[in-house]
Order: sequence, then C-alpha cells, then structure tokens
Amino acid sequence: MVTLNDYLIASGLLFTIGFAGVLLRRNIIIIFMALELMLNAANLSLIGFSRYNVHNNLPDYNGQVLVFFIITVAAAEVTVGLAIIVALFRARQTTHVEDINTLKF
Amino acid sequence: MNAAPWIILFSPLIAVFVIVLITERAKKLSSYISVAAIAISFVFTLGVFAGPDGSAGITWIDLGSFKVTIGYLINDLTRLMLLVVTGVGLLIHIYSIGYMSHDKGRSRYFAGLSLFTFSMLGIVLSNNFIMMFIFWELVGVSSYLLIGHWFYRPAPPDAANKAFLATRIGDFGFMLGILLVWLGSGTVSFDELSRHWQTIGLNQVYMTVAALLIFCGAIGKSAQFPLHVWLPDAMEGPTPVSALIHAATMVAAGVFMLARTFFLFQNSLTALTVVLWIGLLTSLLAALMATQQDDIKRILAYSTLSQLGLMISAVGLGVPQAGMFHLFTHACFKALLFLGAGSVIHSLHDEQNIWQMGGLRSKMPITFWTFLAGTLALIACPPFAGFWSKDAILASASNNIPAFIVIALITFLTAYYMSRLFVVAFLGEPRTDKAKHAHESPPVMTGPLILLAIPSCILGFPAIASIFIKVPEHEGSAAGAVTVSLLAFAAGLLAGFFLYRGKNKDEIDIPLFEHKFYIDEFYAGLIKWTQDLLAKISGFIDRWVIDGGIVRGLGGVTWGLGFVLRFLQIGNLQAYAFLFGAGVVLLIYFILFGAK
Repeated sequence: MVTLNDYLIASGLLFTIGFAGVLLRRNIIIIFMALELMLNAANLSLIGFSRYNVHNNLPDYNGQVLVFFIITVAAAEVTVGLAIIVALFRARQTTHVEDINTLKF
Repeated sequence: MNAAPWIILFSPLIAVFVIVLITERAKKLSSYISVAAIAISFVFTLGVFAGPDGSAGITWIDLGSFKVTIGYLINDLTRLMLLVVTGVGLLIHIYSIGYMSHDKGRSRYFAGLSLFTFSMLGIVLSNNFIMMFIFWELVGVSSYLLIGHWFYRPAPPDAANKAFLATRIGDFGFMLGILLVWLGSGTVSFDELSRHWQTIGLNQVYMTVAALLIFCGAIGKSAQFPLHVWLPDAMEGPTPVSALIHAATMVAAGVFMLARTFFLFQNSLTALTVVLWIGLLTSLLAALMATQQDDIKRILAYSTLSQLGLMISAVGLGVPQAGMFHLFTHACFKALLFLGAGSVIHSLHDEQNIWQMGGLRSKMPITFWTFLAGTLALIACPPFAGFWSKDAILASASNNIPAFIVIALITFLTAYYMSRLFVVAFLGEPRTDKAKHAHESPPVMTGPLILLAIPSCILGFPAIASIFIKVPEHEGSAAGAVTVSLLAFAAGLLAGFFLYRGKNKDEIDIPLFEHKFYIDEFYAGLIKWTQDLLAKISGFIDRWVIDGGIVRGLGGVTWGLGFVLRFLQIGNLQAYAFLFGAGVVLLIYFILFGAK
C-alpha cells in the first residue's frame, strides 16, 4: 500500500537531489535543470496531498490545478532563463558559474 | 445709539483710507483731508463734551463665558481725554502743514498721523480691555510708522524699532494682566469690573499681581523706568510727531489707562506703592539726565519722561485725578514746547543743538514768547497751568514724606534744566551763522503756538480747570506744599539762569547724567551677553548634537553597516544559494522546534 509518506519521501529525495545539483554543479545549464527538478519535487508533494485529501470520495482538485499552473509558469520561466543564459554566453563565452562572479563588492 | 462717538472715532480712519488709496499723489490735498478729519472729530468732541455720560456697543465676539464688545464708554475721563487728543491733535495737524511743507513723503506722514489719531481715540473710547488692547497696539504701530518717517536716514528706523520692541515688552505684561483679570472675574468690560472687581473676593496677591501686570502696559507705553529708553530716541521722528505722540497723547495713554482701571489698584497698597516709586524713580532719573543734554528735543523728551513719572506717581498716591489734571495741562504746554522747538529747528535748518542757537528773541518773537509761556508752565511758575497741576500732585503727597521730598527735588531740577535750555537757546547773542539768519516761521506754524500758549497760561486756574476736570481737593497742609513748590521752583530757576547766562559752552560736566546713567549701554551689554550665550549654546547643540549626532551619526551608522555587510557579497552564485538554503532550513527548524 502506497501511503502519503512514500510520496513525500520521494518528493523530499527529489528536492534534495535538485538542491544538491544547484549547489554542487558548475555548469549553469545543469544548475538550471536541477532547479526544474526542485520544482517538480514540489509538484509531486502537491499531487500527493491532493490525492490523499479526500472529501465525498473525491480528491481535492485544488492541488492538482495548482500543479498545472506551476508547470505553465515553469515553462515560461525556462524560456526566460534559457534566453538569459544564451545572452550570458554570447557576452562571456562561458557557462561556468565560477567565471560569472562580478556581482560583488 | 448715539452716533457722535462713532463719527469721532472713524473720521480719521476714513481719512487714512482716502489718502492711501486715492490722494497719495496729491500731497497738499492729502494734508487737508487729514486736517479736515480731525477737525470733524474735534467738533463732535465738543458735542460729546457738553453731552451726558453714556455707554453702548455691539457684541463682537461671544464665546459663552468670553464676551467682547466694540463700544464706547463716556464719562468725565473720556471727555477730558477726547478733548486733549482732538484739540491738541488738531493744532498739531495744522502746524504739520507748515512744518512738513518741503517733505516728499507728506501724504504718508499725514496718513500716519490720522491713523494714530484713530487708534488713540479708540483707546480713549473703548469700554473694555480687549478693545483697548487692540487700539493700544495700533497706537504702537502708528508710532512706529511716524518715528521711522525718514526711513532713509540711519537713525530713525533704529529708533522706530527700539520704540516698538520696548513697548512690546510692556504690552506682553499688559496682555497677561488682561488675561488674569478675565480669569478672575469672567469679564473684560470696564463698567462691570469697576462695580464688581473688589467684591468678587479674589485672593489679595492675585489682585496685586493682576494690577501690576496691567501697570506693565503703562510702563511700556508711558516710558517708565526700566522701559523708558525708547522715548528719547523716538525724537528722531518729525517734531510735530514728537509733540503729538511722544509728549501730549500716546505716552499719556498709560496714565489714562491707569486712571481708567484705577479700581484694580484701589485696594492694593503694594501695587500702589510700586506704581508710586516707579513713577518717582523715572521722574528723578529723567530730570537728572535732562540737565546734561544738548539737543533741544532730547531735553524736552527727558522732561516729558519726568512729567509722565509725576503723573504715574500721582496715581500711585491714590489720586488719579491729580495725575489726569497734570496730564491735561502737560499735554498743552508740552505740545507747545515741542512745536516751539520745531519752529526753531525749522528756521535754523534742522539745527537741534542748543549751543548752536542763541539770541532768537528778536528774530522769532512769537516763538520766543510762546516758548517762554510753555517753559513757565512746565517749571510750575505761578500762575501758569503747570503750577496748579504739579501743586495738586505735591499736595496729595503731603502725607508721604519721602515722596514729597522727591517731588520737590524734581520740581527744582525741572526749573533748573528748563531755564538752562531757555537761557542757552533763546537769550544772549547768536552763536552761529544759522542762528544769525533765523527768521520767524509762517503763520500756519505760529498760529497753533499761540493757540496752545493761551491754555498753557490760564488752564490751571481752578475756576477754568473745573470746567474740564474735577480738580482734586487739597487735604491738610496745602499751604506747606505751595511754599515748598515755590521755593524749589525759585531755586531751580535762579540756579539755571545764573549758571548759564552768557555762557558759550556747558561748564558743568557730569558724564553719568550725560550718558543717561549708562542704562542704554547696560541694556546693549545685557542683550549682547545673553545673545552671545544663547548663540554659543545653540552653536554647540547644532555642531555636536544635530550635526555630529543626528546627521553625521545616522550617515556614519549606515555607512559602517554597509561596509561590514558588503563582505558578504562574494559574487559566487552557489554560495548565495547555499546561504539561502541554510536560511530556509533554519527557519523550518525554528518553526517546528523553536516555538516552544
């Protein structure tokens, strides 16, 4: 029997993997992918909550609708993010975060 | 409602508006309008003088417990004062036509004169404290305008400022006094106050304080010690202004006000004693200062101070009628003296130093004889007007030996410095070319001199004076008072005459008197000292608290915080992400486990 906890543990693992990717990887495109992973981890937990929050034999669809919104927004965000990365690459000829560090004192 | 008091009051005000708004360019017309306005007031004053007592008014402010009317109160006091203001005022207006005939600012001058007349009549007619206070301030404003008439010279604007500020100090006390009276009694109307003030059952100390604060108004306006310093400087104004405002009427307003509000002082021995000795001190100091002055107008100014002090002390002796009697005669002969001095100054082309004059007797006969009449009236020579009124004051002091001696001394000094002035300025040989070429003034100036000389001669006789005022009865040793007064007068006259006859310069030199007891210097030093101290304190606060503490402190703290925090900006994206994540973990920790 798959319980809510199993979903949440899977979501937590996914989130941790994503966060670790953001922290540890050097290529900005990989970091970007790891970010998407974190978003999907959140989506997964939302789905899990929705599935197990039953009223009148129906799951709570609010959570699922919210997931659709997140997917849509994430798609939009990906376009903007990728566009920025392309612009960055044109300006600096690199996708490594160690080389993009001038935003400081 | 009787219309006459309103016509008397507003006719000069209308003249002000007409002159300022319409006829400013037509200088001659402006002066005639101003004279016509006060002539109208004078004619209606004669009507009021013959008429009955009365009082009427309209409510101006009604705030429940606080009620102010604009109205008039006519009794013996009002009638006498109206006659002085419009009568002497009319003559001085006429005289001004001649005196100011070459002045470019004549329209402004006459507008100021009419504004002053309006304000002064307002004081005289007002039936409550608030209305009186408003006109009291208006008088100050018009006095300021007229002293500063020649504003392009260096001295007059300073003198105007000094006069305005010095009287303001007194007026502040006056205002507080009015507030205390209102708080104590709930009314500001003279009529109600005079009937009820003593029976309300107020604390004796409260009543004394209220009376003394009211007296502060008189100290300022009537130039009593320690606020007397403005009056001699006010002589920078045109001479007719000195005659009208700073001799005959405005400075007498303080005495009038004390007589009007005498019910406040009646039962307070402390207040009366203070009033008496302030008056006597002013009178004595001013008389001493007058003995060493060289400017003809300044001598007269100090003499005015001295006489005002006598009037005030008469109020302090509990006989305000004697003070009003002296005010009445003084208004005539002092206006005469000032106008005579103005006639001399005018014909000597603005020469005011008495040592530059001399031998004017044959050159200016009318001025000479009328000035002589004024001098004799001032130094209390019988049977001239001043003798009777000063005698009334002296007689009312006959139970108070120290006051009696001081007044006798003042009588002596008055005779001394006035005979010095007269001997030096008018007798002997002309000392300068200006004096050699002096000529008599035009009739428009000598006419008022003659018209003022007549009352200066005859006004004092009890039979004539009693038409205008209830002459106070002598009590006790009237004969003694007369003897002392005559002795003091004769001694002063002889001393002044023989010490200064045929002299070309002042051989008596008393720097203390010449420098007016250094009171001006003391005030200047005091003000400088307090201002320096205040400036130092403010400078310290500005430099160290405002600038150093708040402005630079705030800037410094922000800058320092930024300096420390900018080391956190390392520029590494992943480090930021790590810090962010760590922060979230910390938050979650506190939410889950920290709330207990």
